[in-house]
Amino acid sequence: MALPARLTTEFTELLTHYPKKQAALIPILHRCQEELGGWISPQTMEDCAEFLGLEAVEVYGVASFYPMFRMRPPGKHVVSVCHNISCALRGADDLLAQVCEITGAAPHHTSADGRFTVATVECQGACANAPMFDLDGVYHEDLTPEKVVKIFGGLDGGK
Amino acid sequence: MSNYPTYLLDRAKITDAHTLAVAQKHGAYEALRKVLKEGISYAEVIRVVKDSGLRGRGGAGFSTGMKWSFMPDPVTDPRPRYLAINADESEPGTCKDRVLMEQDPHGFLEGCLLSAYAIRAKVIYIYVRGEYRAPYNRVLAAIAQARAAGLIGKKILGSDFDCEVWMHKGAGAYICGEETGLMESLEGKRGHPRPKPPFPAAFGLWGQPTTVNNVETVFNAPFIVLRGAEWFKSMGTKTSTGNLLVGVSGHVNRPGVYELPFGVSCREILEDVCGGVWKQRKLKGFLPGGSSTGVLTAAFIDTPMEHDAIKQTGSMLGTAAMIVMDETACMVRAHEIIARFYEHESCGQCSQCREGTQWLHQIFHRIEHGKGRMEDIDMLVTLSRGMAPAKTICALSDAAAIPTLAAVQHFRGEFEDHVKQACCPFLPAGTKRPVFAGAH
Repeated sequence: MALPARLTTEFTELLTHYPKKQAALIPILHRCQEELGGWISPQTMEDCAEFLGLEAVEVYGVASFYPMFRMRPPGKHVVSVCHNISCALRGADDLLAQVCEITGAAPHHTSADGRFTVATVECQGACANAPMFDLDGVYHEDLTPEKVVKIFGGLDGGK
Repeated sequence: MSNYPTYLLDRAKITDAHTLAVAQKHGAYEALRKVLKEGISYAEVIRVVKDSGLRGRGGAGFSTGMKWSFMPDPVTDPRPRYLAINADESEPGTCKDRVLMEQDPHGFLEGCLLSAYAIRAKVIYIYVRGEYRAPYNRVLAAIAQARAAGLIGKKILGSDFDCEVWMHKGAGAYICGEETGLMESLEGKRGHPRPKPPFPAAFGLWGQPTTVNNVETVFNAPFIVLRGAEWFKSMGTKTSTGNLLVGVSGHVNRPGVYELPFGVSCREILEDVCGGVWKQRKLKGFLPGGSSTGVLTAAFIDTPMEHDAIKQTGSMLGTAAMIVMDETACMVRAHEIIARFYEHESCGQCSQCREGTQWLHQIFHRIEHGKGRMEDIDMLVTLSRGMAPAKTICALSDAAAIPTLAAVQHFRGEFEDHVKQACCPFLPAGTKRPVFAGAH
């Protein structure tokens, strides 16, 4: 297996930004996660290593260090609820409980139907608009229970 | 609320200021144009920034002009050199750089280019935290527009100044906001901070001379170059000059990111700017500059928001991210959360930090959940004194220890109440703090 051609074309351009190839590793892992199933599979790590001339274990060492890289396949939607201080002061505990109830997923788990993965995350830099979560890469801020119901109600065409 | 002169967020408030046309209509790239057209030397740019008293806005408050002047002379040291912009904004409570990148990306890019000019770097890396997709995309689009307009690349505006700008995404590790952790991460490695010295100006990215500056810091540079050091010093205090972005979060009526001169009192920020404590409650305490800065009681609310005055309280200005807690907030719970954060973010290189942050979190947790012992309170102090000051490669250990010491110093009674009552006194009778299985 190797990385798909559309990605290697993109990554080849990316390598021109840096004097050393390894510098492209984190941006490459991001793109792989986005394009190859929402996680960094062992195969992806081997393919990235081959592309960059690294050992697979070096790629694993980096990928596993950074919380944004998932080592397991996620559900269809990923909800990351901030539970740091500014959000906690404005109701992050209640928000997390509501998200878990709506999605049927416990924190850091995927719902039985595979539709949602819920994660707690540290400060996302949305402190003046707390509480917040990130749903599939988009920030939702100044959340209230009503807003949360509406956001989830509107997912997948309201299904 | 008094009307203070502003400049940082003026353009950001204009509709479509993120587009090159609108930004340029409102002054973007004027300072860069002036420097390149009038042939103002790099030394002159460094001099005016040094004279202005500009201090870094990323937390440490070091003189920006001084930092730039540490870069070696390219004649005697012709190695490639880099400017790395620290846009890894992840100090809890801090959400200011995001506003500049999203709302005024061209003002930000002009600041990057002028800073690169000053240190004679031909390549800029903007290291943005991975979660900041919207700011990342805004700056990326602005770079494309600026490149097409001859503002980035070879022979910028027809001058001899060549400069490339590349965006680089982080992946959720707080430690990469530490400048040497950032450089390791940019090289594609784990974000393990490096021992200093050598400092980045001598041995930075790939071992080459490097300067690392915060987003808001470089954002100030074009204004100083255009309007002069005296203008800049007319705002703020003698040792903390200019305006800064103050982010206010927590229990206030109007949380937000506000532009204010250094030296405005925390009371004015809380009451006039943010409309006071929410729900008509009383103030219990506040963290003046993010989660790494020690908590202060309500008695300190008249402290001016500037480096020296906040330092005198025993806390720190940090990133001026004021986190406000009302009378119902539990200080043990607040510091349990903060301790959990540092445990999660410790890179693990230094034992004091790796072990210490875990112990702090466990002790805060058991006190909060009614399982604390009286001696735990002094244990927090003993542990913290083993972790700081300056006992580790970087300041993350200090960032966990110092707020712990402040919490015990100012709110010891609350800790004792938790132990005596074997529960959190701030929870309604018969209820328990939710503990989410699987949550870290």
